[in-house]
Amino acid sequence: MFKKILIANRGEIALRIIRTAKEMGIKTVAVYSTADKDSLPVRFADEAVCIGPPSSKESYLSIPKIMAAAEITNADAIHPGYGFLSENDMFSEICAKYGIKFIGPTPDQIRKMGDKITAKDTMKKAGVPVVPGSDGLLKDVADAKKQAKKIGYPVIVKATAGGGGKGMRIVWKESEMESAFSTASMEAKASFSNDGLYMEKFIEEPRHIEIQVAGDRYGKACHLSERDCSIQRRHQKLVEESPSPFLDDKLRRKMGDAAVKAAESIAYEGVGTIEFLTDKHRNFYFMEMNTRIQVEHPVTEEVVDFDLIKEQIKIAMGDKISGKNYFPELHAMECRINAEDPRKNFSPSPGKITSFHSPKGHGVRVDTAVYAGYTIPQYYDSMIAKLICKARTREEVILKMQRALDEFIVEGIKTTIPFHKKLMKDERFRAGVFDTSFMNSFDLSDLPE
Amino acid sequence: MVNKNNIAELTIENQDFRIKIKTALAATYSTQAPVVMQQMPQQIAMPQMQQAATSEKPQTTQESAKSEEASGGNTITIKSPIVGTFYRSPGPDKDVFVKVGDEIGVGTKLCIIEAMKLFNEIESEHSGRIVKILVDDASPVEYDQPLFLIEPK
Repeated sequence: MFKKILIANRGEIALRIIRTAKEMGIKTVAVYSTADKDSLPVRFADEAVCIGPPSSKESYLSIPKIMAAAEITNADAIHPGYGFLSENDMFSEICAKYGIKFIGPTPDQIRKMGDKITAKDTMKKAGVPVVPGSDGLLKDVADAKKQAKKIGYPVIVKATAGGGGKGMRIVWKESEMESAFSTASMEAKASFSNDGLYMEKFIEEPRHIEIQVAGDRYGKACHLSERDCSIQRRHQKLVEESPSPFLDDKLRRKMGDAAVKAAESIAYEGVGTIEFLTDKHRNFYFMEMNTRIQVEHPVTEEVVDFDLIKEQIKIAMGDKISGKNYFPELHAMECRINAEDPRKNFSPSPGKITSFHSPKGHGVRVDTAVYAGYTIPQYYDSMIAKLICKARTREEVILKMQRALDEFIVEGIKTTIPFHKKLMKDERFRAGVFDTSFMNSFDLSDLPE
Repeated sequence: MVNKNNIAELTIENQDFRIKIKTALAATYSTQAPVVMQQMPQQIAMPQMQQAATSEKPQTTQESAKSEEASGGNTITIKSPIVGTFYRSPGPDKDVFVKVGDEIGVGTKLCIIEAMKLFNEIESEHSGRIVKILVDDASPVEYDQPLFLIEPK
């Protein structure tokens, strides 16, 4: 049994962890930068240690400072939350070296899943379907045509050093390959000084559907079903829900079993998420694995009545998991409320919150660490609250979410609440008919208050 | 001095300053002219240890020194640049680095802050006289925690 957990994080997830630790009778230590001196995690933790100035690099990302804080408070475990050092294999390794339990996977498991190519290979070996792709880099146009034929059109040609959507071209048929190849490689050379290209099958009408898994240190894993996170803008999730309107029982079981196979193939210890892409033909493909707790974990907690943070801590203490899988009993949806102005292209809106009232009531949960009078620091991410609603049907969840959004008052800064209000009225969203391209055609004009 | 094992909340108020101690680790002073201490990096490479970076800090903090003063006249507070355990001497049988009343100069070693078996010597950025030592030997300290009060020359 841990006596004391140090939380190497901040904001709402730090508070989330403090809450569960307290319920388990475990003492908590919050580390904080000077910018977070007046934060709720600092207030509610049993102890707090200031570790540095506002910049993340000199505080929340500083392994020596966090380890020093663990040492002087005699913490026996560290919970890394999400982001920051949560998927840093060196941090996991250093904790092990100093005899402090890292509440998460082993350094090796983080490494295996952290590298996209290694992760795909590991999954292939485990018999988990992956996005079909080229064998390494494409040699030339002729090679590209040959590989595309094998994979099957449409394909996407991608820069190996790429990111941010640059150096990518979708190719629908062979006659387009020559020009796609040359423009993609020119763009890659210009943006990344590396014109290397590889190829993947282009997933049509892709939905981002992820499966929550949990594995104990004895090699057993289980799944807690899916979250549909297809509503994304620039690869940032805006809304998540469970169950997915796209899945039926059969596909859920297939994907769940694949996720368990994936986790057991590396004897995964902790909670994690296997991200899949589904296509319009109802195939699913492994995309990546997140070896940490996720922002949207409350969605699963609400539909299967499970405390995922508690499970993480229990697994880290050496408990065995039950081994059974969990299926959604209700419907739940989460809206991420960010300090951003949806009328100005979601530009950040830091500043002081002058007035704050979060919605409450039956089936409404708000995970937040802000309050009236709180000043949002500009050094960290812009998420200020997660609004999670649950009900027996998806229609009721949407009605409840609308009521809750109307009741949500945040003054002094701009938030994405108006965007969510409009989204809840959107016909395609209400029908559950959407994929990851949804936001490309969402009209951001005429947002309500 | 508050013991590490006391988890007490304690507020002491005085016309010039207010100390609110949550635990031994979270002492914060609301006034004072904060001057962040520069340290000589031994094994840990930390950005704020470089000459260029720390020489900027006194400029911003001197401005606040003009408007607020601690009790007893013009003093400068030296704060901890790192997290660790504060030691007044280089070794268990050795003399302390500095005592109250000592005259110090730029570069005078003031204390050691130890973390993860690495010993960091903290050097003074100012000349002056040590007025008060704010932390007990072998106590844990956090970032920005006040360590010494110095009356500058």
